[in-house]
Amino acid sequence: MALLEKAIKISQKHLLGIQDLSIKDIHLILDEAKKFISLNKSKNKKLDILRGKTQINLFFEPSTRTQSSFELAGKRLGADVMSMNITNSAIKKGETLIDTAMTLNAMHPDIIVIRHQDSGACNLLSQKVNCAVLNAGDGRREHPTQALLDALTIIDRKDKVQGLRIAICGDILHSRVARSNIYLLNMLGAEVNIVAPSNLMPKDIEKLGVNTFSDMKKGLKDCDIVMMLRLQNERMSSSFLSSNREYYEYFGLTPDKLDYAKKDALIMHPGPMNRGIEIDTKLADDINKSVIKEQVELGVAVRMACLKIFCE
Amino acid sequence: MKKQYFLNAAIIDPKNSLDEMGGLIVSEEGKIEAVGKKVNKNNIPSREKFIDLSGKHIFPGLVDMRVFVGEPGYEYKENFKTLSNAALAGGVTSVVTMPNTSPIIDNVSIVDFLKRRGRDKSKINIYPSASLTKNLEGNNMTEFGLLQKKGIIGFTDGTKTIQNSRLMSRIMRSAFDLGCLIMQHAEDNELSQNGMMNDGVIATKLGLQGIPEVAEKIIIERDLSLLEDFNCRYHISQISSSKSLDVIEKKKDQIDFTTGVSINNLSLNENDIGDFRTFLKLSPPLRTEEDRQSLIRGINKDLIEVLVSDHKPEDEESKRLTFSQAATGASGIETLLPLSLELFHNNSIKLPKIIKLLTSNPAKVLKVDKGNLSIGNDADFCIVDINKPWIVKKEKMISKSKNTCIEDKKLQGKVTNTFVKGVELFKL
Repeated sequence: MALLEKAIKISQKHLLGIQDLSIKDIHLILDEAKKFISLNKSKNKKLDILRGKTQINLFFEPSTRTQSSFELAGKRLGADVMSMNITNSAIKKGETLIDTAMTLNAMHPDIIVIRHQDSGACNLLSQKVNCAVLNAGDGRREHPTQALLDALTIIDRKDKVQGLRIAICGDILHSRVARSNIYLLNMLGAEVNIVAPSNLMPKDIEKLGVNTFSDMKKGLKDCDIVMMLRLQNERMSSSFLSSNREYYEYFGLTPDKLDYAKKDALIMHPGPMNRGIEIDTKLADDINKSVIKEQVELGVAVRMACLKIFCE
Repeated sequence: MKKQYFLNAAIIDPKNSLDEMGGLIVSEEGKIEAVGKKVNKNNIPSREKFIDLSGKHIFPGLVDMRVFVGEPGYEYKENFKTLSNAALAGGVTSVVTMPNTSPIIDNVSIVDFLKRRGRDKSKINIYPSASLTKNLEGNNMTEFGLLQKKGIIGFTDGTKTIQNSRLMSRIMRSAFDLGCLIMQHAEDNELSQNGMMNDGVIATKLGLQGIPEVAEKIIIERDLSLLEDFNCRYHISQISSSKSLDVIEKKKDQIDFTTGVSINNLSLNENDIGDFRTFLKLSPPLRTEEDRQSLIRGINKDLIEVLVSDHKPEDEESKRLTFSQAATGASGIETLLPLSLELFHNNSIKLPKIIKLLTSNPAKVLKVDKGNLSIGNDADFCIVDINKPWIVKKEKMISKSKNTCIEDKKLQGKVTNTFVKGVELFKL
């Protein structure tokens, strides 16, 4: 069995988005990640699979969980991990992304993990460097490892994704997490409901194969999973919503709205959360319903799997 | 200059309703002396040498109403000399230059400089436009009358739109009094804010902020409403969507105005952006295939009169960025005609109609006696092999900036010679 798995290779050189992956690729990553779950719970967490490899984390946007998760994942696999501090770098002095890429490329890294505020930044980077590029979030476009860890969390709790009804709620317009999840959950056979106020619903999103709702109660009906998204106030240049309290009233996840979902429905959130805006604080901490902490935990396993697979 | 004889060509001259096999005689003064089927081997002096153009076409020199030149201020992108050479390679002999330079063409003192540079450095006819508002700020009108007297052909804020309705109404009144041509780039800034491409499923997938069609439509609706009161000479620089065309169709019988379209919007659609190809970041944005086809219908129904290159040279550095950071626009003056011919080859638009939109129609909008082969006029014309296959390669482009949006595209039809005032200035 182990031999057989090794024979399967990932179809892509880079992990830029779920859109580029085949269903085989997805299973390859998820199966690999499952192996790391128990390792991450054990006492000795260090492996040497990536010993001698260099991983550069290039985060142009602030990030807590993704950056630390990638850093930890690389370290646990034995890679030399370097996290660039953008605020002190040449980028602040006007260097373009391509020049930064060329500079880093000259240092012969084996993998670059990039987060950037512009959609497509990782695609541009991947065209200019020799090593593999992992997308840790580009603008509104994709956040593939988040979708993969979400899928892993769902599989861990529900054994499968196939046939589940999953609602993704909130600021879909600005969300790369929503986009990556739509592609992945669709590929894995879920029925995806998108719930958002019309002002935060991207144009023609139903063409991606989802049902759209602007009424949360209808959108949550009989759902197995309720995935809440953060209201990305920092990306909103003009008035999308009248107020946070009105948003909470209509689109915040509260016990009465959750009642429309299935009794055993799970609550997910990619973090960081705005408590009392998109989610009721008690629900967020409800250990019987919320799997938010587990998402973070499995995130490390998924990133270890991605680093391993794309470094090879 | 010796008298020149061109025989056996297919001649299209829309202004004079000419579409026939025949010849062209250019006088010693570089003027059109005779043209058409009556010019043949039997009625020219037998001792004279002639050029046999069998299998080729003669068109009037193209008139391109929307061209950006980097002079003054952005000479590294394009100067008058490089623009002129690129234009000649595309059969373009007259251009309207946009005022978006540095400094901006918004006052009389800079017009002299511009005309002098245009005359000394370029070999084609340069018709400079000036801005509608001072410093393109959209607040105060420029001196339409004085600028026009200095030789400004029309007024536009180029890539910008007059947002303020009251100001637009006043501009129209002034233009009405002074007989000036107003060319509006139609885009509501609030609706298109931070937008980078057509608003639709592709933008959603690429995670790029969209520019909705209504941003264009709402300005056209507003301007055409204002125009009902003061019907000045008004031209919509470019339209991109089917919705805009609907508005135009409704108003066409009631008021006088003209409409342009860029060859890019006519030949490409949003899918061509592919994997964040910044060379296809354009304004107005490329829209859906349905929009593209409706623009072709618009031409065939005479709702769109002018075809432009929207030639916007940008250096490589301003395109080698992420899509949101990259500059907008594509270099296209030398591919305007070949790319237009694609619409003839694929049976979208008849050849005389295409040539009309590239020659006599823009000349009529501008009120200049160009873009025709009328007897006694300057012999500005091009010779074209409309079937010659070739591939667009940026390294072979003549324009100083190589930001073509049709790199590697296979085209059919190439300009082989271009003449201005009877002098051959380009030869393939």
